[in-house]
Amino acid sequence: MKALSQKRRHPLAALALLVLGLMLTGGLYAIATTVNAAKADTTTSSASQVKEGEKLFVANCATCHGVGASGTKAGPSLAGVGAAAVDFQVGTGRMPLQMQGPQAREKPAQFTTEQTRELAAYVATLGDGPALPAEEFIDGKGDAAVGGELFRVNCAMCHNAAAAGGALTRGKFAPALAGVSNSHIYSAMITGPQNMPVFNDANITPEGKRDIITFLNTIEAQGSPGGAALGSVGPVSEGLFLWTAVLGVIIGFTIWLTSRTS
Amino acid sequence: MSTITEAPFEPQTSAGRITNFVDQRVGGSGILREFGRKVFPDHWSFMFGEVALYSFVILLLSGTFLTFFFDPSMAETHYTGSYIPLKGVEMSVAYSSSLNISFDIRGGLFMRQVHHWSALLFVAAVAVHMLRVFFTGAFRKPRELNWVVGGVLLILSMAAGFTGYSLPDDLLSGNGLRIIDGVMKSIPVVGTYISFFLFGGEFPGNAIIGRLYMLHIMLVPAMILLMIAIHLFMVVIHKHTQYPGPGRNDGNVVGYPLGPVYAAKAGGFFFIVFGIIAFVAALFTINPIWNYGPYDPSPVSAGTQPDWYIGWVDGALRLMPGWLFNIPLEWHIPLPWGVNTLSLNVLIPALVPAGIVFTLLFAYPWIERWVTRDDREHHVLDRPRNVPTRTAIGVAGFIFYCVMWAAASSDLIATHFQVSLNDVTYWLRALFFIGPILGFIIAKRVALALQRKDREIALHGRETGRIVRLPHGEFQEMHAQLDDYKRYKLVGFESPVAEEGIPNENGIVTKTERRRAMLSSFFFEDRVAPATPLELAAGHEQHEAIEAGEDAKEVSH
Ligand code: HEC
Ligand code: HEC
Ligand code: HEM
Repeated sequence: MKALSQKRRHPLAALALLVLGLMLTGGLYAIATTVNAAKADTTTSSASQVKEGEKLFVANCATCHGVGASGTKAGPSLAGVGAAAVDFQVGTGRMPLQMQGPQAREKPAQFTTEQTRELAAYVATLGDGPALPAEEFIDGKGDAAVGGELFRVNCAMCHNAAAAGGALTRGKFAPALAGVSNSHIYSAMITGPQNMPVFNDANITPEGKRDIITFLNTIEAQGSPGGAALGSVGPVSEGLFLWTAVLGVIIGFTIWLTSRTS
Repeated sequence: MSTITEAPFEPQTSAGRITNFVDQRVGGSGILREFGRKVFPDHWSFMFGEVALYSFVILLLSGTFLTFFFDPSMAETHYTGSYIPLKGVEMSVAYSSSLNISFDIRGGLFMRQVHHWSALLFVAAVAVHMLRVFFTGAFRKPRELNWVVGGVLLILSMAAGFTGYSLPDDLLSGNGLRIIDGVMKSIPVVGTYISFFLFGGEFPGNAIIGRLYMLHIMLVPAMILLMIAIHLFMVVIHKHTQYPGPGRNDGNVVGYPLGPVYAAKAGGFFFIVFGIIAFVAALFTINPIWNYGPYDPSPVSAGTQPDWYIGWVDGALRLMPGWLFNIPLEWHIPLPWGVNTLSLNVLIPALVPAGIVFTLLFAYPWIERWVTRDDREHHVLDRPRNVPTRTAIGVAGFIFYCVMWAAASSDLIATHFQVSLNDVTYWLRALFFIGPILGFIIAKRVALALQRKDREIALHGRETGRIVRLPHGEFQEMHAQLDDYKRYKLVGFESPVAEEGIPNENGIVTKTERRRAMLSSFFFEDRVAPATPLELAAGHEQHEAIEAGEDAKEVSH
């Protein structure tokens, strides 16, 4: 105790304290930010996967994202976006980007599942980020009703209450969600692709996300109870249908009924 | 034609005895004789009024079914019906009962869809009917008042639709009510009080559904019925108009008597309309309330729109900018009792376009009568091309409406045509002002061009595409003359000339009169005169010289 109090006045004491403090906060931060990832990290990647991934990345992605994914004018740095972001972007065909525009467009996926995994494994080594979702949260066996409420509160303003999609400003849009795999739905929520916000585990718990996925699966599987859904985009398509098809048929009948005389 | 010597009617069959019994007490045969001899001209464009009437009957039938199961209470409950994605969700009784109609009552979903599809068709038929009346000039003397009754019916049918749309208390209808609430609150000074009065406190409260329900199933349908009765009564008094044709004039009606041919056709047509609606309701979803979830003031869904007939007002709201050239349209006005907000960005689009459209709509018959000084009765319709200026005004109004209507779906235009939502809005804002003007000019030119074509055909006949070589070597195309009936259609109309201002009894051309003269030249300065009999005769002679020797049959074709 005495020794400590003596060294307190040592010229290097302040420096030591600073280092200690920095290490402590940095360490805490690192622990805090990996909580999300650690929980979901089920697919461990081997060194060979990372190596293959790097090769693929250099060949296909580095033109825009730079060597080592450090970012260029044509594409952002990918340090810390996580395996989930790569799996989503590449798995849904958004990356490699086909065309600069308001928003990366979907197209048929360019890589096999295996290659996508490798790319994801490589990008994951560049910095901690959301890992691929755990199986238990994407099994679609949650509570559809709870998921429906979460969806209406968090997602419907962009994606439409029936997940039929909707417009955002300046050519951006939230796509329809039918046909998206459960794992991609989960990844979309935790990575917030392009113009979509991130829904981290504090916003919506993993169980909540599971419920949302269940809700989306349910409404997709049940189809439309009332007959053809006319795109599920609400009263506009109903009005259009009425003014074209229904009124057209009625006009046809009026002409037929009055055609025998003049 | 009964004579005094006729013996009293002795029924032979039992059916005859019953009808005779009733007739002697009620006098039905007199009514039948009177109505049965009413003559209705036949034209497809005359049938939209009937479509409206029949869809209203279908609304009454299907609506009555819905009232058996619908509960307009806003009390809270937890859904226990069979639609899984909403199981256990907290919602109002109104929404829960609408879901029950959809999923747990046999035929309920079908009836809801019948009701809603026929509501859309009802208003659409009213609108098309009204356009027909406008463009053919059927609103002229003596039918001006019936035009006004029709306008009231249009407003009432929109009111019926809106009150009904709000009943199920789902997210979509709640969003609609929220907009109405916002519009009301934007009215200076009294707006907030009106809103509190309507909703029974702050929005959404727990009174509004019950109140709308009473309006929807009692007051509005009763008023519609009353107006329909007045409307049809006037139609019978005025007799139906007819399109111009040989033997048709302002003093007669050419067509079929109401009974039996026309009545049979009309009765059959009711079932056709019913059949179409039933077919559509069975195969196409409308208002899938289960998608939208219960109303809750916080969430809003993408693609939130009203039914088509309210769309134009929603569109006007969407088009209105919040700022104009760095001037905010929302003002905070300090008043002795505190700061009041004046939201012109809501007030103007919600009230001004609708105000313009309905004022002009109601006033138009009188405006036209004043400008044209045409105080005669008209029972023969105008072909739209023969009144180019009126047609052009109608088209301008139609486009004004349609631009707002399109704006209500700006988001869907953006996603479906992959263009920027902002650009759609800018274009529609420009079209809001330019569209009607362009529409006016183009429609007028098209109408005049069609008139010229008619005149050409009346004078020279149709081009047959047959080229003949005359003895001296000249090539000429053969023209086939129209028969007299067809020609009558092309020449039998009036084309007034623009008038100078007329001095009043003191010999002075008043300011009003000068204004009228200006409008008169606006109406009539561009005109195509119908071919006169003299011109016709001259035109024919020229052709007969060439056609001599041709088979007469071919010539008249
Ligand atoms: C043509 C240029 C281009 C190519 C090639 C390209 N990207 Fe991208 N990428 C972009 C741009 C631009 C963005 C940012 C998009 C945005 O935010 O709107 C992006 C975003 C991403 C993101 C999301 C980043 C985040 O913040 O979540 C990932 C992950 C990604 N790219 C991975 C890849 C991978 C893996 C490849 C190779 C298979 C690739 N990209 C190829 C241009 C490109
Ligand atoms: C601010 C608007 C917004 C909100 C809120 C939002 N999203 Fe998105 N979402 C988007 C946009 C924009 C995209 C398209 C991103 C892209 O193309 O890369 C998207 C894409 C998606 C995709 C991928 C679709 C596909 O076709 O691959 C899924 C899945 C998704 N969102 C789910 C959700 C869920 C679940 C929620 C609610 C928890 C949600 N989103 C909330 C805007 C939003
Ligand atoms: C005058 C023309 C009418 C129009 C334009 C009209 C329109 C509508 C509309 C658009 C709805 C929303 C329906 C839905 O999505 O389910 C509705 C609901 C309803 N209407 Fe009408 N309606 C009319 C007349 C009537 C009449 C005459 C009745 C009853 C006598 C009636 C009873 C109802 C009821 C009970 C509902 C609630 C339906 C539900 O449970 O969803 N309506 N109406």
